[in-house]
Amino acid sequence: MALKLADYKTEVHNDWCPGCGDFGIVNALQMALAEMGIERDKATIFSGIGCSGKTSHFINTYGVHTLHGRVLTFAQGGKLANPEMTVVAVGGDGDGLGIGAGHFVAAGRRNIDMTYIIFDNGVYGLTKGQASPTLRLGEKTKSLPSPNTNYNVNPIGLAVASGFTFVARGYSYDVRHLKDLIIKAVRHKGLSFLDVLQPCPTYNDINTRDWYAGIDLAQESMERHSRIYKLEDTHFDPMVHYDNETEVNEKLSQALIKSLEWGNKIPIGVFYQNEIISPYSTRLTDKIPNYLENPPAQQRISENGLPTTDVSEILDSLRV
Amino acid sequence: MGSIDFTWLIGGPQGSGVDSGANVFSKVCAEMGYRIFGKREFYSNIKGEHSYFVVRVSDEEIHSNVNDVTLMASFDAETIFRHFNEVPKDGGIIYDSDLDKTTTDEVLTLDNYFKARLHKELESKNKPFTIAGVLEIAKEKGVHLYPVSFREILSNLAEKTENPKLKGLVRLFNVLAVSLSLGLIKMPLDPLLQSVNSIFSKKPQIAEINKQAANFAYDYAKSKFSNFQYALTGTTKQPDTILVQGHFGTSIGKMVSGCRFQSYYPITPASDESVYLESHELLEIHNDRPGSTIVIQTEDEISAMGMMIGAALTGTRSSTSTSGPGFALMAESLGWAGINEVPIVITLYQRSGPSTGLPTRHGQDDLLFAVHAGHGDFPKIVYASGDIEESFYDTGRCFNYADVYQIPVIHMMDKFLSSSVVTCKKFDPQKISIDRGLLLDKVDGEYKRFAFTDDGISPRSRLGLDNGVFWNTGDESDEFGHITEDPYVRIQMMDKRMSRLDLVTKRIPNDEQVVSFGVHDYTIISWGSTKGPILDAISILKKEGINIGFIQIKLIHPFPSDYVKSLLKDAKTVIDIEANHSGQLGKIFNQNVLREIDYFILKYTGRGMTSTEIYDSLKKIVENKANKREVLSHGA
Repeated sequence: MALKLADYKTEVHNDWCPGCGDFGIVNALQMALAEMGIERDKATIFSGIGCSGKTSHFINTYGVHTLHGRVLTFAQGGKLANPEMTVVAVGGDGDGLGIGAGHFVAAGRRNIDMTYIIFDNGVYGLTKGQASPTLRLGEKTKSLPSPNTNYNVNPIGLAVASGFTFVARGYSYDVRHLKDLIIKAVRHKGLSFLDVLQPCPTYNDINTRDWYAGIDLAQESMERHSRIYKLEDTHFDPMVHYDNETEVNEKLSQALIKSLEWGNKIPIGVFYQNEIISPYSTRLTDKIPNYLENPPAQQRISENGLPTTDVSEILDSLRV
Repeated sequence: MGSIDFTWLIGGPQGSGVDSGANVFSKVCAEMGYRIFGKREFYSNIKGEHSYFVVRVSDEEIHSNVNDVTLMASFDAETIFRHFNEVPKDGGIIYDSDLDKTTTDEVLTLDNYFKARLHKELESKNKPFTIAGVLEIAKEKGVHLYPVSFREILSNLAEKTENPKLKGLVRLFNVLAVSLSLGLIKMPLDPLLQSVNSIFSKKPQIAEINKQAANFAYDYAKSKFSNFQYALTGTTKQPDTILVQGHFGTSIGKMVSGCRFQSYYPITPASDESVYLESHELLEIHNDRPGSTIVIQTEDEISAMGMMIGAALTGTRSSTSTSGPGFALMAESLGWAGINEVPIVITLYQRSGPSTGLPTRHGQDDLLFAVHAGHGDFPKIVYASGDIEESFYDTGRCFNYADVYQIPVIHMMDKFLSSSVVTCKKFDPQKISIDRGLLLDKVDGEYKRFAFTDDGISPRSRLGLDNGVFWNTGDESDEFGHITEDPYVRIQMMDKRMSRLDLVTKRIPNDEQVVSFGVHDYTIISWGSTKGPILDAISILKKEGINIGFIQIKLIHPFPSDYVKSLLKDAKTVIDIEANHSGQLGKIFNQNVLREIDYFILKYTGRGMTSTEIYDSLKKIVENKANKREVLSHGA
């Protein structure tokens, strides 16, 4: 029986603030799972800490709500041990780019076949609105005592520099577009990263839904000017087509330059995709040929309570 | 002890082949039927600082090192300065005679603290601050000196083999030192030549040069030196003996126990285990396709812990191996594993803290930390192994405890164990059982991961299992694993988890919790690697008619209070022996058994205990001459 969108929803009460951008992301994720027809017991949503961390409880698949900043570590361990499972990790920008930044970079280097979605709103919502890593220097969201004294992290730029092989940005109020991006990300063979712009209606009074929609710009020009535009509507080609240094470098630099656009024009869509770099599972099968057919989670380790591993060769080599 | 009780020491700058020299010597002795107890000491340094290896050889069972060195093989000045005093009357020192005039100041790696102590001794005996000076002291004590000009040997060899390159080849010094030793104690050279062949199997020319040097030095010692009274001519070989290094017990134990995922971050002295697992990542499985261990070097210990937990949630037996500083970073995730009832095994190879402490030296400083690691109340098991052989079987137990009780297990090991090389009975994999507890293979109907049950343990699904969907969270949760802040569910959940501790002490057999080697008026309590030196010390005392009891506590948390109390009811004096400053087991004992420790024997120099030191302290205690805290200090 085909699964419907409703099958991916749990009965857990969702306590996010009214108007929170997170709702759009959860909906898009549930829609993507339904559209791909991934069985509930063949997917795990790992989440970090904060408002976004609750996501795993709202989705009716395996859900692992981990620790602040550590979501990628848990998710990678799960995927490595059970590579058949679809793994999506989610967390806030403070979680992934502040306390968890080291794991973000290391995960890029490994390129394990899974998806990481950052709920990017520029503030630490659940602790009452402190500045998070993507908030720009000098900006003062409403609960900050004084303007932000730190320069912002560029999530897209950091992802391409770290080795992520699929890097995209979505907008939580364009749910269908986001759903399509999630499907592309999950189907990508390697580590995919989605930076999702997600207004926090309670604490971020700068990057609001109206701001993204360009209402302020409309007042000047008397017409509506959404700040958001889609890369696929331009001639931007994110794909690395050949295994060639010049090609790779061009696509990397193009992604980086594009990621610096901000202000009145904010691109969403796929910035970079490279399917030539081997996913981690290939690097493992190079040395463990049957890794994918007989991964850790499938291995038979005992028979009638006794170990089946044969270490006699090792023990014989130690014999004196 | 037996008729042969011989200790050999080789020392030299780090990177000069001290280790390989000692490994070859140990192998030769083991192959001749002797029992070996070897220990490696080294600085936190790659090249140049002083490192040494002591190998004790006996024809009877031994479990420790002793203070005295029967034969010292040195090829640099520092080894002589630092160790000449360890060689007693009738012992021997093989040394490079070209070093006679070397002064203490010329040895740049001799630190000022050591030099000051040495100078004081030399001054008091009216000796110059040179190699000749310290060797005079040794000679006056009755030590045999065996001077050999290493350079002269090399130039003779170069001449004889018409290979002038050999002249300056200081890299051959370790082979010369080992070969001179073998010649002196009349051991055969063949096993050494075979080892050289296997070490340099891909470089036949280098193997050849080494073999020439070995033959030459061996004959040299045999023909020139004749007054050494010790000869190791071989003894009856024990059947099924293996020669193992410290980390082999836990690494091979992990393979056999079915650990298929290990994540780690490099740290001394724990990473040897992970590297060994990765070099044996392909596994042979009885009647099945090959298996494998996925070993992942992570970006830090936090990640090692997270990955291990993620893997464990898929039903894979998963583990990490670390030391104190790394374990400190793991504390937050340990609590997550605790509240989510995830079976994991952390192998904790302790070293001397606090902070970076003595990074390459021994310590049992982390017992209280292991017991209390993580914030909040949650159950865990802390289990300690006393020697390498034990650590193999204990690894199997730790994985079973983790699975059966669905809690994190911290397996305490230490640097003393990790840098030992010993002979022991071949590990028997069939003595390891595998019990996965309530791990499910299939799920029918509604599933609740944290369902309330009679004994508090819930059937466990795993990520990816059909119909077994569950949730985890570091927040308090309900039976499904969803967040709750309900006060009544909180009470039920806390009680469910914490009741595990009573189950552990009730269900784990007593002899897995505590090993009693007899209880007498004077009885020792201890844990971990002090076991070997304690056993050897009390066995000497027994021969002198002094009976000392010893109970080795393996299950430290939850503490088996009632059992320990009952075991000790006839002991009048309780002696706590540990390699830390504060007597950490003593504190746990006192808290749980409500009894005072009468004497502490403690060592926190970073060097392992010798049986000689423990013997001396116990004797003082029995003769009523001891302080409440006896602090040991032997070892360079």
